[in-house]
Amino acid sequence: MAFVKFVDEGQHGILVARGDWTVDRAEEIDHALKKLKPDGRRLRSVDIRFDGVRRIDTTGAWLLVRTSEAFEAAGIPTILEGNDPDRRALIDTVLNRKTEKSRPPLPRNQLIGTLADIGAGVRAAGRDARGILEFFGEVVIALSHIARHPSRIRPAAIATHLERTGLNAIPIVFLMSFLVGGIVAQQGAFQLKAYGGEVFAVNLVAILVMRELGLLLAAIMFAGRSGSATTAELGAMKMREEIDAMRVIGLNPIEILAIPRLAAFVIALPLVTVISDLAALLGALITSWLYVGIEPSAFIEQLRSVLKPRHLFIGVVKAPFMAVIIGVIACIEGLRVEGSSESLGKHTTASVVKAIFMVIVVDGLFAIVFAALDI
Amino acid sequence: MTVHAPIATQSAESLQVIIKVRHLTVAYGHRVILENLDLDVYRGEVLGVVGASGTGKSVTLRAIVGLAPVRSGLIEVNGIDMRRADSAQRISVERRWGILFQQGALFSSLTVKQNVQLPLREYLNLDEELLDDIARLKISLVGLRPDAADKYPAELSGGMIKRAALARALALDPEIVFLDEPTSGLDPISAGEFDDLIRSLQRTLGLTVFMVTHDLDSLATICDRIAVVGDKHILTTGTLEDMLKFDHPWVQAYFRGPRARGITHRSE
Repeated sequence: MAFVKFVDEGQHGILVARGDWTVDRAEEIDHALKKLKPDGRRLRSVDIRFDGVRRIDTTGAWLLVRTSEAFEAAGIPTILEGNDPDRRALIDTVLNRKTEKSRPPLPRNQLIGTLADIGAGVRAAGRDARGILEFFGEVVIALSHIARHPSRIRPAAIATHLERTGLNAIPIVFLMSFLVGGIVAQQGAFQLKAYGGEVFAVNLVAILVMRELGLLLAAIMFAGRSGSATTAELGAMKMREEIDAMRVIGLNPIEILAIPRLAAFVIALPLVTVISDLAALLGALITSWLYVGIEPSAFIEQLRSVLKPRHLFIGVVKAPFMAVIIGVIACIEGLRVEGSSESLGKHTTASVVKAIFMVIVVDGLFAIVFAALDI
Repeated sequence: MTVHAPIATQSAESLQVIIKVRHLTVAYGHRVILENLDLDVYRGEVLGVVGASGTGKSVTLRAIVGLAPVRSGLIEVNGIDMRRADSAQRISVERRWGILFQQGALFSSLTVKQNVQLPLREYLNLDEELLDDIARLKISLVGLRPDAADKYPAELSGGMIKRAALARALALDPEIVFLDEPTSGLDPISAGEFDDLIRSLQRTLGLTVFMVTHDLDSLATICDRIAVVGDKHILTTGTLEDMLKFDHPWVQAYFRGPRARGITHRSE
């Protein structure tokens, strides 16, 4: 159906609008209007008649006004003609709008753009470092405050977070460590079998799990489960101005929100690490038995000859540090969330990624230190 | 279509029911919010829905647009039974209404312009330039400055959020606009301007407006008809004059109370 008819009367043109000039038809009307190529040099005036239109809405009115403005811009005086008062009013409303085209952003030089991105990245890294320091400062202040007023310890909050971050994490940590322990034992045994030393797979698993893997697996699961939850919780509270509300009531959000979570992390992660260690050894025991035929009694015998209490200690002593890293990063990212849901997602992702990365870096540092101390 | 309770301001033959609600019951679990609620909304009118806090004004609105758990009853919009409609029919109705939520409910990760363009992009296949033109037009129609177009909702004031949300509600040039407390949280002057804006848009665009409100000034200045929600149903509908005569303790307290002096003087 033709929405537009252009009647050419030499110097005078008449544009007759017909049909439904509504937003549903806007695409077709737009095409029809773009196909019109009136001879601009010959025309002296144009009438746009909208009385033939069946229905019209703001989008239709805008298309009429746009057409009229295009003629005017080409130096052709144009009149919008029609008798219906309602349509007249609608078109006048659209005509009187105060719009201006927003300026398109300036095109960026590629090299300068790259440099600017690097600069912004460095500044962001600096801000991160400062944020961590500031947060640590606030935590220390809050802790000293709590030390002076022991009634400020919130056992109920700590217990809740212990349940959520610690107790509820046990099944999944157990399963994950069980599987990884089994896989490492199986692969180790297959490689060592060539030398007839498959029983040393037990040594491999035992040392690896107790010193590194048990903790790393638990910490990674902590960052993914509880770190992300903490960031999302604090972030949502920040978005809904709940954190601001706390501050103006005279409550310290660090003391109320961050300290109980940090405390729960620090208590829970070493305990979960021990469970993770045991689960991995159990997994190793079962695969060694099924795949390589090492009897459980022989497995345990080998374990006793290899493991010393210091191996358990080395794994567990690192746990509180990892817990603090995960908790602090989660809280900082949560408090950095701004107005939009997109920002919440971005900071939650950043929280998990940064926490896992830092856990592995710090684990590496510990390995270097322990090696230097010869333990 | 049957017409119930013809209203004084319009002649009976010009009335066409656009939203028809019969025996509506809404319950959350065991908590019954609305029971046997009947309501008609006529094409081209501004209906103000009032009632004490917690009586179910917003729930009525949410039930009509399909956001509340309806237990039984009939909801007909534009002649389509919304509870039996298939998804194509529902979409055809949903395209013809716009909703302004109480808190604006703008998408926080999109700019105002993108918020307005979202329904257009979803339903229509328009080129970028026309989309920009339409968004700019709607943004100026609701009285926002052009530079607000590229701002994110978090950067807007309360009044601007309401206006931007109205621009999004008007994106597809709807026939029906639902407004949930459009003037709450605005200062009296902004609220008055917002009322004028709704009135002028309603006149020029021929909208039907379903407005939940607490604002007595809005009721007096822009509503053609008022419906009072109470005791889980509609207590009465009619003009402001009818409300003043209606004998119900809450209605009397509301329309005759100290805060209503301004409007009752005006209409008496």
